[in-house]
Amino acid sequence: MDKLLSVLTPEEKVNLSLRAIYTSYGYKKYRMSKFEEYDLYAQNKDFLVSGGVITFTDTDGKLLALKPDVTLSIVKNSRDINGIMKVYYDENVYRISKGTKSYKEIMQSGLECIGNVDKDVIVEVLSLAILSLKEISNSNVLVISHLDIISEVLDYAGVSDHIKVEICKLLGDKNLFAIKEILSNLDISLDKKELLQSLVTVYGEPKKVLPLLDKFSVTSKAKEAILELKEVTESLEKVGGKVVIDFSVVNDMNYYNGIAFKGFVEGVPTGVISGGEYDNLMKKMNKPYKAIGFAVYLDDISRISKE
Amino acid sequence: MDKYLNIALPKGRLGEKVYDMFEKIGYPCPSIKENNRKLIFENEELKIRYFWVKPSDVAIYVERGAADVGVAGKDILMEYKPEIYELCDLKLGKCSMAVAAKKGFIDDRNKTLRVATKFVNIAKEYYQSQGRDIDVIKLNGSIELAPILNLSDVIVDIVETGTTLKENNLEVVEKFLPISARLIANKSSFKFKTEIIEDIVNKISTAVDNND
Repeated sequence: MDKLLSVLTPEEKVNLSLRAIYTSYGYKKYRMSKFEEYDLYAQNKDFLVSGGVITFTDTDGKLLALKPDVTLSIVKNSRDINGIMKVYYDENVYRISKGTKSYKEIMQSGLECIGNVDKDVIVEVLSLAILSLKEISNSNVLVISHLDIISEVLDYAGVSDHIKVEICKLLGDKNLFAIKEILSNLDISLDKKELLQSLVTVYGEPKKVLPLLDKFSVTSKAKEAILELKEVTESLEKVGGKVVIDFSVVNDMNYYNGIAFKGFVEGVPTGVISGGEYDNLMKKMNKPYKAIGFAVYLDDISRISKE
Repeated sequence: MDKYLNIALPKGRLGEKVYDMFEKIGYPCPSIKENNRKLIFENEELKIRYFWVKPSDVAIYVERGAADVGVAGKDILMEYKPEIYELCDLKLGKCSMAVAAKKGFIDDRNKTLRVATKFVNIAKEYYQSQGRDIDVIKLNGSIELAPILNLSDVIVDIVETGTTLKENNLEVVEKFLPISARLIANKSSFKFKTEIIEDIVNKISTAVDNND
């Protein structure tokens, strides 16, 4: 067996250990076909990380696509769920590479929980994200954000939708001075401006950040979100691993809501894990369930070896 | 693991000003001032490493993690839209992205506008926001020649003082984007070298505010 293992590439090894972990937590493997009807992606274009889908017509003239994403297919096929459906996948997806504008095949693993998602499920998914990071490298960090806090603060500040989108983008870039510039032209109170700026400046380990979050409890929904963030990060202490709260993780709020997170390992320039709750996508697709999940990108990890 | 902080500086006058700023806030690397052909300069004590790269490449070095932080012009960031953190406006190398044309040029909305530029994406985005149909002509230098030789109707380019334009009988039609140098950081590096990057950002921000 050892001889067999020795021929595996780092990605393959990580891939296998992830499967072992997810299976041990009761996740079932979700196998899907390489092709999916193009309509699914056309309707949810912004959900895809990279625009552009490889399409072709099948023998009876239907437009098909090589799947750029797995989550949408899992959501589409989710029905008759009692309690919770827990699945993991490990598939190749096809996306446009940003630099060369050509198509590339990416190895992607991940998991989804669909149905009755409560705090325990959220904690389980986040714990699995941490365990997945540990399989990839010992030097890792999970960055957690709460989209409800961001959206409530933006609503409370009373800025226009157009500005909201802009601020969210700048928040993702940690671009404090550009936010200040936008705010300086707005007719809102100084308190509200400072609150919006705090979304950029407040980040760090939960111990440091949690006491600072009170200022964001501007509505009852924001209060709930802060409490959730607190309970979730406290439950994660048991798992170990470095956790950071940082509102620069802003997923598209047309699809995502609630807890959002990204996982990083040292030496890989982009996030290797990306995930969160996506109840808004479920609503869009007329599914009466809540959902949370994450994807693990394994294509870059061959460059680092686990110490 | 390599715990050095890698800093990519843009080659040229701007880069030297930026280095002076880093030196002032307590991140010196004296060997950088020696006149030689070395590409990388280290300060072993502070664990920092500087290197000069082509200004338009800084964003790529930072996005891909070869540099943890770097300094790049807003023009480059707008053109390539790299996935990075933009942490501070250094207010150095100030200029504007502008549309320029031959003196007295009047845009005939009946025709497709021919636009010569180095900044294809910026030009496309700008004219898209105006609903203007354009034909982009990508050039790599001497953009000002294009309207003179009737290669294009207008150019989209960086304008600092406007002297080059004036000497060639061209004029600015509109300045639409203020540009200056920005301190950027790789998103992953920021998570693992938070303290030192924060320290640099804080000190540089203070230095910038004092210069104002």
